[in-house]
Amino acid sequence: MDLSRELSELPALWSAHASITALAAGIAVLTSVPLGVLAARRPRLRAGVLGMAGVVQTIPGLALLALMVPLLGAFGFWPALLALALYAMLPILRNTVEGIVGVDPAVLEAADGMGMTPRQRLLEVELPLALPVILAGIRTAVVWTVGMATLSTPVGQPSLGSFIFAGLQTRNSAAVLVGCAAAALLAIALDVGLGALQASLARRERRRWSIAGAALTLLILASVFAPLAVGGGPERAIAASKPAVGAGGTPSARPAPAPLGTLHVGAKTFAEQYVLARLISDRLERSGFAVERRESLGSNVVFDALRQGDIDVYVEYTGTIWSSYMKRDEPVSSWRMLSLVSAWLAQTHGVRLLGALGFENAYCLAMRRDRARALGVTSLAELAASGGAGLALGTDYEFPKRAERARLEATYALSFGRVVSYDPSFMYAAVEQREVDVITAFSSDGRIDERGLVVLSDPKRAFPPYDAVLLLSPRVADEPEVARALEPLLGALTVDRMRQANQMVDREQDKRTPEQAAAWLAGFVRDREPTVGVNGGSEAVK
Amino acid sequence: MIRFDHVRHRYAAHGVVPRAARSSSGHGNGHVNADLGRDAAGRGDVALDDIVLDDVSFEVATGELLAVIGASGAGKTTLLKLVNRLLEPTSGQVSIDGQDVARREPIALRRSIGYVFQRFGLFPHLTLAENVGVGPKLMGWRAAEIAARSDELLDLLGLPSEVFRRRFPQALSGGQQQRVGLARALAARPRIMLMDEPFGSLDLATRDQLQQVYRRLHEQLGLTTVLVTHDVVEALLLADRVLVLHEGNVAQLAAPRALIAEQQPPAVARLLEVPRRQLERLEALRR
Repeated sequence: MDLSRELSELPALWSAHASITALAAGIAVLTSVPLGVLAARRPRLRAGVLGMAGVVQTIPGLALLALMVPLLGAFGFWPALLALALYAMLPILRNTVEGIVGVDPAVLEAADGMGMTPRQRLLEVELPLALPVILAGIRTAVVWTVGMATLSTPVGQPSLGSFIFAGLQTRNSAAVLVGCAAAALLAIALDVGLGALQASLARRERRRWSIAGAALTLLILASVFAPLAVGGGPERAIAASKPAVGAGGTPSARPAPAPLGTLHVGAKTFAEQYVLARLISDRLERSGFAVERRESLGSNVVFDALRQGDIDVYVEYTGTIWSSYMKRDEPVSSWRMLSLVSAWLAQTHGVRLLGALGFENAYCLAMRRDRARALGVTSLAELAASGGAGLALGTDYEFPKRAERARLEATYALSFGRVVSYDPSFMYAAVEQREVDVITAFSSDGRIDERGLVVLSDPKRAFPPYDAVLLLSPRVADEPEVARALEPLLGALTVDRMRQANQMVDREQDKRTPEQAAAWLAGFVRDREPTVGVNGGSEAVK
Repeated sequence: MIRFDHVRHRYAAHGVVPRAARSSSGHGNGHVNADLGRDAAGRGDVALDDIVLDDVSFEVATGELLAVIGASGAGKTTLLKLVNRLLEPTSGQVSIDGQDVARREPIALRRSIGYVFQRFGLFPHLTLAENVGVGPKLMGWRAAEIAARSDELLDLLGLPSEVFRRRFPQALSGGQQQRVGLARALAARPRIMLMDEPFGSLDLATRDQLQQVYRRLHEQLGLTTVLVTHDVVEALLLADRVLVLHEGNVAQLAAPRALIAEQQPPAVARLLEVPRRQLERLEALRR
């Protein structure tokens, strides 16, 4: 566990998390309180507004966040902010209505009888009296928002969730722990601050009220500006793109191509993507580009992010583009798919497929060695013949809905007794612990070897090819400097090396950071520049 | 001078006058409760207190203290609210110094009239000084003037301002709250006072004391007061004239002396009977 490395990223992510939480809660307050006041006056509106807020509340947080991306046609900050603000509205709205409706009618009659205008009555009587109840709603909303903000990482907004998502995928419990503890700490701190505010209000202690208010403001400001206090600006720290163990070589003196600005390297939510993102970042940096990484992006948002230029380069797999974006399911050979995908990307989105990295990360079925031996199966055909009907399949979230599943079942007349979705990091453990019989593994995954699994061969090619390819956003597609920096990667990564690199990051013992794994891989990349002093070289794998 | 001219008021549940009530209101029949009973039976949403005034006419002279008595639900509070437009008459006219209140801007009208509410209605989030200062603040007084006025009234009503000005209403007894309510009504120096059971929650000694304080203030300030009360003795001893409301009608309007002396209609006689009997028993005890 490398705690200090995680802690070095904490100020930036804490700040990002606190900022979006505070903004979302602020927006929710500014919209919900007036709306709540209106709804308190009009019972018919009340039912509608509370009903709608309730419906938003029933949408699972992650789904709501993911929905905002296509809805806004944007990525990162804005969809995350909107989803969080929407989510925070209900408790504030409900408590505002309750607070206003609950004001003693005798007091309202007095306000009217003394000649207050409706506005004076609202601002000087109703809202102050409803304030403790409204504040209780805000408190609930803020604590929810802190929790839900961790889910904004997959839509491209850095948050404390970045620790959790990356940590889960690379089995880095230190990172998961830091993320959870930090989010809990932030939630508790805000809750205590708002609680003190609420208590001082209930007891009508004005001095305490101002002390609690000042403390809360200070907490929020300190959180937002945490990175400045620690030394780096938020941008620099979020990027965190200086690898802990560089791929050797002094930064080249080549002048930076100025007009491009910072290049954003994307990564989905699994170890291979983290390693490759660092490999790519490192190459770009050595060519003089400023680089920032956007990691732990949901596989549904990462391509949209590239199209829109929110990220500039990431590693995708041809089969994913073929089935998920081109919506095609007929099987074609690897070279044919590569050229069709390449043409489609260029024509439809202006995205450049720079080339294949040299390995495939395809779906494959894997099972425990002893289980395979007991059943006497080495291929999918044999698995089907052995009576696969009663078998339990462990898989990821996507596979049950993908065309590959239908084709796998049709091609081999295979059907499973039970299909269970896991987070990929738990899927391997599940098959090892005999929770399921067979899993949809990924062919480049280091955990196949580590868990002692065997991959069943696919003689009828039911699974489409999943060649790893480098995609460039329309923004940089025509930049020769970018292409030149990345071209040495093409064809340089064999599936064995990728699997080893992945295993270095994924395994339980003697773990390596993604930077170290990337540095190790970089040793195999031929380059016109000399690559010297590779730390954590090939010996480290053994 | 406050003047009621053929004022009718019907309570409209949920802001809509029930059809049965609307159709009968034009006929000027005196049996309002019969209508209401039918209405309540038919709709089930008109409570006993949702009482009406039916063809009420009277005058309160400038400087007069008029007490309004009557059984619960006789329309006493409704009568008060018609003066400062918390309620509007269904028909007829309420005027102050010859001007129809319906023509006056309701906010300014209410600010010019002191109102003591039956259920106190103190603002729980404000200190006593701030509660008393609400009216002056609405009238745009300066802060120093408001503070001085609050202190003056708290002191006058037996709540030493040194001790009480920073307290909040919930720290007070019912009687103390009622005094603050009275102070608040007087704060903006109104010429007219509407008082709804202002001494109802005070113990006997304090009640007597405060009644005398108020009567003196009424004289000194030249106020015109309409005071609603359950307490017949209070009405008789404090008021210049007493108006007896019965089922939405003026059953009697007379000076206390005349009210006791003359032969009264049954509704009025019933109201007066209780204090009279109590007095007789007290006399009997002395013998």
